[in-house]
Amino acid sequence: MDSSYTSSEMMSVRASKELRDGEVVFVGIGLPNVACNLARATHAPALQLIYESGAVGAQPERLPVSIGDPALVTGALSIVSQSEVFQYYLQGGRIQVGFLGGAQIDRWGNLNTTVIGPYSKPKVRLPGSGGACEIAVHAQRVVIVMRLSPKSFVENCDFITSPGNFSLDKSRKEWGHPGAGPTAIITDLCVMTWSETDNEFIVSELYPGATPDEIQSKCGWKLKFAPQLAVSEAPTREEVRLLREKLDPQKLYL
Amino acid sequence: MKEAVADVVRDGSSVYIEGFTHLICFAAGHEIMRQGRKNLTAIRLTPDLIYDQMIQAGCIRKMVYGWAGNPGVGSLHAFRKATEKGLPHPLEVEEYSHFGMVSRIQAGAAKLPFWPLRNYGGSHIPEANPDIRQVTCPFTGEKLAAVSPLEPDVVILHCQRADQDGNAQGWGLFGTQKESAFAAKKVIVVAEEIVETSVIRSDPNRTLVPGFLVSHVVHEPWGCHPSFVQGHYDRDNDFYVKWDEISRDEKTYDAYLDEFVFSCADRKAYVKKMGTQLFDKLRAKSRMCAGVDYGF
Repeated sequence: MDSSYTSSEMMSVRASKELRDGEVVFVGIGLPNVACNLARATHAPALQLIYESGAVGAQPERLPVSIGDPALVTGALSIVSQSEVFQYYLQGGRIQVGFLGGAQIDRWGNLNTTVIGPYSKPKVRLPGSGGACEIAVHAQRVVIVMRLSPKSFVENCDFITSPGNFSLDKSRKEWGHPGAGPTAIITDLCVMTWSETDNEFIVSELYPGATPDEIQSKCGWKLKFAPQLAVSEAPTREEVRLLREKLDPQKLYL
Repeated sequence: MKEAVADVVRDGSSVYIEGFTHLICFAAGHEIMRQGRKNLTAIRLTPDLIYDQMIQAGCIRKMVYGWAGNPGVGSLHAFRKATEKGLPHPLEVEEYSHFGMVSRIQAGAAKLPFWPLRNYGGSHIPEANPDIRQVTCPFTGEKLAAVSPLEPDVVILHCQRADQDGNAQGWGLFGTQKESAFAAKKVIVVAEEIVETSVIRSDPNRTLVPGFLVSHVVHEPWGCHPSFVQGHYDRDNDFYVKWDEISRDEKTYDAYLDEFVFSCADRKAYVKKMGTQLFDKLRAKSRMCAGVDYGF
């Protein structure tokens, strides 16, 4: 990989391209937060950022360290209570894109943020759903951002916190979920997109320098690759400058 | 604060110290710890450092929640030790998602027997928590998730300002302050500033909770540190990051609690111990709003 940018920067830039101008996006903390603010600073100035903490149309002057940061409030379009966030904005179908990640993911885009090991006697107790389950159910589409590793990309999640496109023996349609579910998984080496015909995520795009073998070695299930593999554009100099100088100068996430 | 906590928080009470990253009243949590309350059921969407400290201090028997972590940093170490290894003693958990918690509190506020929500299909959460059930819509036949009302014995709300009667005004990020006050059996309002009722009446749209719901009013400046109060002080992000290290080791964790909780008589002593330099750094830079005209 070109040493003029890091893999976190590549992930942020690639994730930002999933967003279209004017869309309403539910922003998570970490790289998705960087990606959304990058999109707003580049190709999507009219992007509406909604944070789970109730900040609507936020324009944070500093990168928020958590989803509840006073900088999200100052200059926002509206501040709403948690019940409005979940009842009206999310269940009401007003969120076009949600970002999610987790400790484990499977080939259907199901995510685990609850426990490693059995629920009654967990080896690791993770923080839990927070708003993730309802984002997975209600956002019109979901973009997942996660680094590849055989520990995280698993044959079956120990626990499904947030349903993907096929979970507990049923498709989303059969479950009756309003949102279309995860459409893309942005990793540190490639992009996977949902394939309806294969009924699983397939690798559709490689980052510059990444190879299918390397990707497979970091994924716990046997991956399918698209017949025509695209190569992602490397971050531009301007994108890297924005990330380093403006969006995350303290290197909290990058 | 001493009197308010002593009056309404009993061993075995269910307690909801409100706040969603913002307005989390650490001062109240510390006072509960100092009074040595036991077997509490602790409720919140996002239990964070203060509930973790109360677990470490042996106050909490059960936690009802949606997301338990150190926001933006990582794990809650006392919570993890208690739920993974049962150390120093086991902790019972009742786990929802944020939407599930919000729905329970709304049912509690509205005094309804349940609250429906379209959620949890294809997730293991309802298997882990049998109190997430199903209800059939009497109009469409649609199957929806349903949760029961949450009616905490005590809700503790921190806000920017209140009058002596507990009419409380707040702004910035809200959790479920209004809903939880209506759901609660007793409400303690804690304010950065106590103002004349005329101040409250000059801006009635900003009142979160009317005083007639409130049993105790406490004046506690800097009562939320390391959490924040919009317009008063910033989140102490450095503390949240440092906390990961402090709380990972049993010894440094207990040493912290000894020094900053048990050796402090009250919040004033805590603020004095933390030092003026820190609070000068965290003090908010003013951003006044345009103001509104309530004339007729």
